[in-house]
Amino acid sequence: MYIIDRRLNPGGKSLANRQRFLRRAKAQIQRAVRQTAGDRDITDLERGGEVSIPADGVREPSFRRSGEGGINDHILPGNKRFVEGDTIDRPPGGGGGGSSAGNSGEGEDDFRFALSREEFLDLFLEDLELPDLAKRRLATVEVQGMRRAGYSVTGSPVNLALLRSMRNALSRRIAMRRPKPSEIAKLKEEIALLEQEGESERILELRQELEKLNLRARRFPYIDPVDLRYRRFEPVSRPVAQAVMFCLMDVSGSMTEHMKDLAKRFYMLLYIFLTRRYKHVEIVFIRHTHEAKEVDEDTFFHSPETGGTVVSSALREMQRIVTERYPPENWNIYAAQASDGDNSPNDGATSAALLRDVILPACQYYAYLEVGSDHDRMQAGFINHKTALWQTYESLQDDGLNIAMRKVNHRREIYPVFRELFRRRDAEARAP
Amino acid sequence: MSLIEKDTLLFHGADWDFGAIQRVYDAIQQIAIDELGLDVYPNQIEVITAEQMLDAYASIGMPLFYKHWSFGKRFATHEAGYRQGLMGLAYEIVINSNPCISYIMEENTATMQTLVIAHAAFGHNHFFKNNYLFKEWTDADGILDYLQFAKSYIARCEERHGQNAVEKVLDAAHALMSHGVHRYPRKKRPDLRSEERRERERQIHREQTFNDLWRTVPSKGGAPKVALSDERRRALLELPQENILYFLEKSAPRLQPWQREILRIVRQIAQYFYPQRQTKVMNEGCATYCHYRIMTRLHETGQISDGAFFEFLQSHTNVTRQPEYDDPHYGGINPYALGFGMMQDIERICTRPTAEDRDWFPDIAGCDDAMGVLRNVWANYRDESFISQYLSPHLMRQWRLFHLVDDPDHPELVIEAIHDERGYRRLRRSLSRQYDVGWTDPDIQVVDVDLAGDRRLILHHHVLNRTLLHKDDAQRVLQMIANLWGYDVVLKEVEAATGAIFQEHVAHPHETLF
Repeated sequence: MYIIDRRLNPGGKSLANRQRFLRRAKAQIQRAVRQTAGDRDITDLERGGEVSIPADGVREPSFRRSGEGGINDHILPGNKRFVEGDTIDRPPGGGGGGSSAGNSGEGEDDFRFALSREEFLDLFLEDLELPDLAKRRLATVEVQGMRRAGYSVTGSPVNLALLRSMRNALSRRIAMRRPKPSEIAKLKEEIALLEQEGESERILELRQELEKLNLRARRFPYIDPVDLRYRRFEPVSRPVAQAVMFCLMDVSGSMTEHMKDLAKRFYMLLYIFLTRRYKHVEIVFIRHTHEAKEVDEDTFFHSPETGGTVVSSALREMQRIVTERYPPENWNIYAAQASDGDNSPNDGATSAALLRDVILPACQYYAYLEVGSDHDRMQAGFINHKTALWQTYESLQDDGLNIAMRKVNHRREIYPVFRELFRRRDAEARAP
Repeated sequence: MSLIEKDTLLFHGADWDFGAIQRVYDAIQQIAIDELGLDVYPNQIEVITAEQMLDAYASIGMPLFYKHWSFGKRFATHEAGYRQGLMGLAYEIVINSNPCISYIMEENTATMQTLVIAHAAFGHNHFFKNNYLFKEWTDADGILDYLQFAKSYIARCEERHGQNAVEKVLDAAHALMSHGVHRYPRKKRPDLRSEERRERERQIHREQTFNDLWRTVPSKGGAPKVALSDERRRALLELPQENILYFLEKSAPRLQPWQREILRIVRQIAQYFYPQRQTKVMNEGCATYCHYRIMTRLHETGQISDGAFFEFLQSHTNVTRQPEYDDPHYGGINPYALGFGMMQDIERICTRPTAEDRDWFPDIAGCDDAMGVLRNVWANYRDESFISQYLSPHLMRQWRLFHLVDDPDHPELVIEAIHDERGYRRLRRSLSRQYDVGWTDPDIQVVDVDLAGDRRLILHHHVLNRTLLHKDDAQRVLQMIANLWGYDVVLKEVEAATGAIFQEHVAHPHETLF
């Protein structure tokens, strides 16, 4: 008997099968994921979790008898009162009899299973892409790193490429016809044999030959400095994989809880999305009324504040933080602003100028999300009402500046809007 | 007193280590071989984690298997169930191979490991080695090597022909797996070891005999066709044929050699599992009976403590519980319960027979050699014959079995038989029939094809009890057959007695498979 401890064997043997399964049911799973994401709390999104897809796409059919029709026999345990010849009314719902029937309905159910966080987000964020702006390349800072790049004849001993060196040595030995140790041994053996027999002439000849071989073996060493090869590394520059995300929000009295909730959802999506693309993502929360302040997340979303609305104050605060802590040459900067669109009338020009001259050049991406209340939709349909801030930003957009704007009224619109903002360019090109 | 007891105990508490497993194994071996007279393959016990157990579940319990999405699906189901706590994992998985491999989980307590070793490494192992079906149909020596070959062969095919092409063939083959077994012994014993070599030889033969010149030889237009009689034509194709996979592998006109080989692989594996489907009750009954005897003996000899024995009894009774039909937990007859109940009943008949037992089982009643009888039973029966031979009136009364008939032509359900003098035999016959795979699987055969004509493949389903095939599934599977066959396929559902046709399914091939 053998006892083998397999616990340390690599796990995940089914991974390849699982990937095949996901690939096969991809369209359905993706639909399910989108739907789940709509229903679910945004904070839950990161967790992955259970989805259910119609069983149809992953059905494994076989020849089997249908559960309906035909005579069915059942042998059941636990008889309490029946005697032979008794009859029982059919249980409602037809089909089989007794409680054992109906085990054939399995095929129609939905197929439920769990997705890991990675898989969930992959499917969730598929065909989204960070906006590929011209400016991005300027802002993307590179750090130096090393990369393998073939072999060199010089280098430090730790980088010695043993296999390559020995291969070179072998080919050189073959090319130079260096005698093999076995040849020399054989010759020696022969000489020893002849010495025993005492045959002199032949011995002399062989000894000469042996000497020649030995000389040759010394002249062409087993391994020579010319054989040595070293692994070569060359410096490459890699883009910085860090990003900072600015969340700007108006928290004046006109912003309701509903609006803040919408904004929060959008920020969460953006955060998840950025963490997929960058190794390191920081978030800065700036809230503003008539004056702006950097706060932590909890205060940002929950602490009430009163006052007027001056958007430029938030932009100034952002400018300050950027210059202090996030130099644009080292950081990829993303900003998302949420507001109900109010702004004090004399601030429009200031904000526009700030954005145009300072903020937008530093940012990879600036998104403005105008949040409305649930019943706003109707109103918006009747009179195409444009808020003060919307008008300001629209003028910037008309000037060809890159600023993304969307209006959102309801939770379920958040995700589609987000998708629209970050849709992959080629996907857009394909779409009519 | 307590000192002596401590000396004989194999382990203390719930924790185990490899030394304890070795001691437990040796103690069990002594009981199993010397007292019960079991005959087993050499054992190999492998300790695995829960995650690895899930992996093993996904690939039908085999340690290595080719890749296919359906295993991923199975894994996903099990995983979801396991994570939510809906489903516990099995304590063990045992593989019919030589040496016999048993997986045991690291989470098990020492008592559970003891139980598992007694159950799998001796109970199942003995059954695998001695039952006639396993001897006839499986090749325990070669199975692991064969699976290795299958895995690498299919991986090679995927590299060469693309995952999609291979997946299509595998999908179709899996759908036909239940109709890819030979039910009657053929000339040769299975020899999986030589399969890999034979595949290679076929390939080499094809390469050696390939001659491009044949292509250029002008054919004699309109050579006189030998008109074969229908009889002769069918005989040449070995028709009628119920092994559909075999038929497709040998006769489908448009399959590539690698596609045939994949069909062959799936067929071999289906054949390997065929005995397990027919011996579920006996196999589990044998293992459960063995572990019960062994654990009891270990406790009697003071090798496991009272606490451990109670722990064992608790899990044993859980496994052998049979809820009654009106219980919300009822899910059909539990093979562990039925098997164990019958084995114990045989033991009772051998040692303490009643007058009724002497009537019903004159050859074994009171013979006093229960193990001898059981070993004979385990070697020479399958579920169907076992039940029809050994289900005793005593057990039927104990279980209060009754037979319910659901005939759609009747307005009501009818109790056909119960556990009384008039019903015993009928009850036993109907129950044993439910374990006859020839009865439970739909009987589908390839009946005819004219290879020289339109090559339309004709299949018949011999309808039993007027139960037709699940329509949607049948159509899908038929489509897969058509894709493999390359021409139209018809499936007729025929009543065997009258020849009346209930239904006809037709499928046309998609060209995309080739």
